[in-house]
Amino acid sequence: MTASAQIPDLLPVLPEIVLIVGALALLMVGAYGGERSSPLVNVASIMLLAAAAAIVTWLPSGKLVTFGGSFVLDDFARFLKVLALGGSAAAILMSLDYFRREKILKFEYPVLILLATAGMGMLVSAGDLIALYLGLELMSLSLYVIAAFNRDSAKSTEAGLKYFVLGALSSGMLLYGCSLIYGYTGTIAFPGIAQAAAQGGLGVTFGLVFLLAGLCFKVSAVPFHMWTPDVYEGAPTPVTAFFASAPKVAAMAIFMRVAISAFPTILVQWQQILVFVAIASMALGSFAAIGQRNIKRLMAYSSIGHMGFALVGLAAGTQAGVQGVLVYISIYLLMTLGTFACILSMKRPGGMVEDISDLAGLSRTSPTMAFLLAMLLFSLAGIPPLAGFFAKFYVFIAAINAGLYALAVIGVLTSVVGAYYYLMIVKIMYFDEPQRSFDPMPREQVVVLAVAGLFNLLFFAYPAPLLDAATAAAKSLF
Amino acid sequence: MAEIWTSYLWPLIIMVAQSLLLMVILLVAIAYVLYADRKIWAAVQIRRGPNVVGPWGLFQSFADLLKFVLKEPVIPAGANKGVFLLAPFVTCVLSLAAWAVIPVHPGWVIADINVGILYIFAISSLSVYGIIMGGWASNSKYPFLAALRSAAQMVSYEVSIGFVIITVLLCVGSLNLSAIVEAQNGPYGVFNWYWLPLLPMFVIFFVSALAETNRPPFDLVEAESELVAGFMVEYGSTPYMMFMLGEYVAIATMCAMGTILFLGGWLPPAPFAPFTWVPGVIWFTLKCLFMFFLFAMAKAIVPRYRYDQLMRLGWKVFLPISLAMVVIVAGVLQFAGWAPK
Amino acid sequence: MIPALFFYLFAGICIASALMVIASRNPVHSVLYLILAFVNAAGLFLLLGAEFLAMILVVVYVGAVAVLFLFVVMMLDVDFAELREGFLQYLPVGALVGVIFLAEILLVVGAATIGGGGPRVVVAPIPTDVSNTEAIGLVLYTKYLYFFQAAGVILLVAMIGAIVLTLRHRTGVKRQNIAEQVARTPETAIEVRKVKSGQGLEV
Repeated sequence: MTASAQIPDLLPVLPEIVLIVGALALLMVGAYGGERSSPLVNVASIMLLAAAAAIVTWLPSGKLVTFGGSFVLDDFARFLKVLALGGSAAAILMSLDYFRREKILKFEYPVLILLATAGMGMLVSAGDLIALYLGLELMSLSLYVIAAFNRDSAKSTEAGLKYFVLGALSSGMLLYGCSLIYGYTGTIAFPGIAQAAAQGGLGVTFGLVFLLAGLCFKVSAVPFHMWTPDVYEGAPTPVTAFFASAPKVAAMAIFMRVAISAFPTILVQWQQILVFVAIASMALGSFAAIGQRNIKRLMAYSSIGHMGFALVGLAAGTQAGVQGVLVYISIYLLMTLGTFACILSMKRPGGMVEDISDLAGLSRTSPTMAFLLAMLLFSLAGIPPLAGFFAKFYVFIAAINAGLYALAVIGVLTSVVGAYYYLMIVKIMYFDEPQRSFDPMPREQVVVLAVAGLFNLLFFAYPAPLLDAATAAAKSLF
Repeated sequence: MAEIWTSYLWPLIIMVAQSLLLMVILLVAIAYVLYADRKIWAAVQIRRGPNVVGPWGLFQSFADLLKFVLKEPVIPAGANKGVFLLAPFVTCVLSLAAWAVIPVHPGWVIADINVGILYIFAISSLSVYGIIMGGWASNSKYPFLAALRSAAQMVSYEVSIGFVIITVLLCVGSLNLSAIVEAQNGPYGVFNWYWLPLLPMFVIFFVSALAETNRPPFDLVEAESELVAGFMVEYGSTPYMMFMLGEYVAIATMCAMGTILFLGGWLPPAPFAPFTWVPGVIWFTLKCLFMFFLFAMAKAIVPRYRYDQLMRLGWKVFLPISLAMVVIVAGVLQFAGWAPK
Repeated sequence: MIPALFFYLFAGICIASALMVIASRNPVHSVLYLILAFVNAAGLFLLLGAEFLAMILVVVYVGAVAVLFLFVVMMLDVDFAELREGFLQYLPVGALVGVIFLAEILLVVGAATIGGGGPRVVVAPIPTDVSNTEAIGLVLYTKYLYFFQAAGVILLVAMIGAIVLTLRHRTGVKRQNIAEQVARTPETAIEVRKVKSGQGLEV
């Protein structure tokens, strides 16, 4: 009895504790300080995210496990946590100007992002099914709320409601899968599941399918992508920027962890599912984006396509594949944040604009922004020597080495189709008649855009740090 | 055959007999509690109260009973008949069911279950259904408003009652009602009972119990000045009587719960003769009556709260205080080393 | 024998009322049947020896959650005829999905039972030396501390969300400040004036 009454080791969870306790404290500051405290809460939450990231890197290296295996902090988790924390910090940073202008600058927004980020941390460190579900719900619930954050706008409310209803449905599927897996393996811990699943059996496979369906929803992979365009379009733009960045990282992380550490023994079973999902996502992301006029909708389809590309690496099921996904997801995060920094700067004295045609002639009205945006779009299309090319390169190589030739070929073909609509935007920016120029870019967006743009341009020159980190992270998962 | 008799039928008969005995005593007691309520109320207002039926009006409640039973039950045309008739039954049966676990004397309890306090809490949280069902099924505006009010009111005050119970449980270390009483036994008699160390919680419990049983000053569910008679507008004769009965039994339950949690149940106020000569059940009854006297006095002297004031009191005053008390009590018990093993 | 009897009683009522939840025309009746199903599920927990869970189920689900359900459903004005129209329209598709689902479940369960694919890891046995309330208490805040706290944070997010999305501070509403009222003294509240007869008083 005395042994079980001991408090578990809390050190590995320190980043999450810092985030949650900090969020609670900021909630109090906001609740008692009123709307005046919003700027303070925003800045403080960015600092909290930075502090959490610092703690993640400061914690003793190696694989730390606590709470009886429910929480795992290995190199894989560290890598993705830093990414998610950075993505969230950038999202808060970029939101400041927008919310101030729309007069909905509230202290709850950064607090919800902090809690969502804590959920992401729990998600990437999940060591069993309950931890997975709790992390996922903490993240998703916060996301549902901030999707509807601009509650006076019908579109935003619609986005929140749609996201919530479909998200609840997917959570239901995920839980159903979890309960089947638990029922047929008798354990919730990933290593235990891996052992029990080695004996095969229809029940476990059945559960796996439902579990993967739930996860596909969270990464917005086809055929569970329906919510993405509407939510991306309806939600306030900084919220969309957030949706497209950090949560995708976390969801992809848990996808990898579940596939690699809980079901390595039935790789064949999930490989065929992932191959299908990857192909469908890449194809839909490429073709459906072509007709879009709204840039946020376009980014939604773009993110569906990119998730498809990332899943190509995971479908390989090898260490190189996981490494490829990690590189892909980090580069994707930066490219997306940079692109959204530009989208958030698309404002004229009358308000925000979101149509692609509004970008016409940007090269003449603000050449720097046009250049960086064009580079980011080239990179998203995967044109060498920009970062996006290397991202795709690693996942395709992994797929080829794993013998998935068809998948790699289809991937390359769809990325060619996808390049069309990215280049279309570049053409509009550089060759169409200029419209009225945009308001000057706020400082925060400049910072994000500069970081993302420079990384994107210079990655080929010095790729080693990211590659080494990704290698170490991928290694710790196997 | 003999085995079935000894292991199943005989215990069953005993249990039924015990239940019947308890119910008869309880119902007779309720009749006089009702009488006492009216007498106290009258005394505060310098009236005489019921004084016609029997000596000093002692048979008033029985006359009322006969009158209710002999009248024709009227069911409104638009009412949802099944639910309309079910509602008083629910109220009445639930409030009686709570008494199954209440120990009135060492060992005198029909079911001495491990989670007795939770059982009472669960049953009392169900009593809101009688009111909601009655209010909705009447198909009339006043009852419906009363049903909405009661749903919000009772759910709100359940929260603070729950926290009060938790503080007591922290001190006892058991959910068994007999164990809760025994834990208050000590050399200082009345000063060992939990009303003194947990005085703030006793006050909160008392006020929340008033709200939970829809007693004045929190009788917004009936509120005759605004809602005529609230959820009971459309009721008459026997169904109405069952509502009344259920309400008073629920009040008696709350009194018994207060007695057990804070006033030491059947324990004598001082642990020496001549107090120990008196049987525990007498002490228990006296304490319940004292609690009821407080209920009646509150009804007589405190004006009715407005609905927003009621909600404010529940959520903004009681909830934080009781939450804080849970933390404080747990902390004191832990660091002073008084926590029950 | 008695536990078996009660099991069939509780299970039977539970299933019957669950059926009535979806079969009854009146949504309020549906919720009432749902409550009945909850209560019977609590009874089943009792038979399993999990009395703590049984009581918590009644307190939380029946006593609080279902009350709020009922609260909302009572205020809905649902057109039943229209609802049933939609029901018939979607019946074929729904039935098809249901049949496929049932077949799959049977396939999985059947294959597992016949193939002996039941749980392969022995689940922790039920402790016999402590009451189950105590048993839950022993692990809830130690072994399952992480899950418990995480669930708490999730509920906090739900609460923040509800407040963010619905709370509106209306202007021009008179609010009662009880502290202010109580702090009033005769000096601040009353003004005594002499009134000369026949002249009245200017306010």
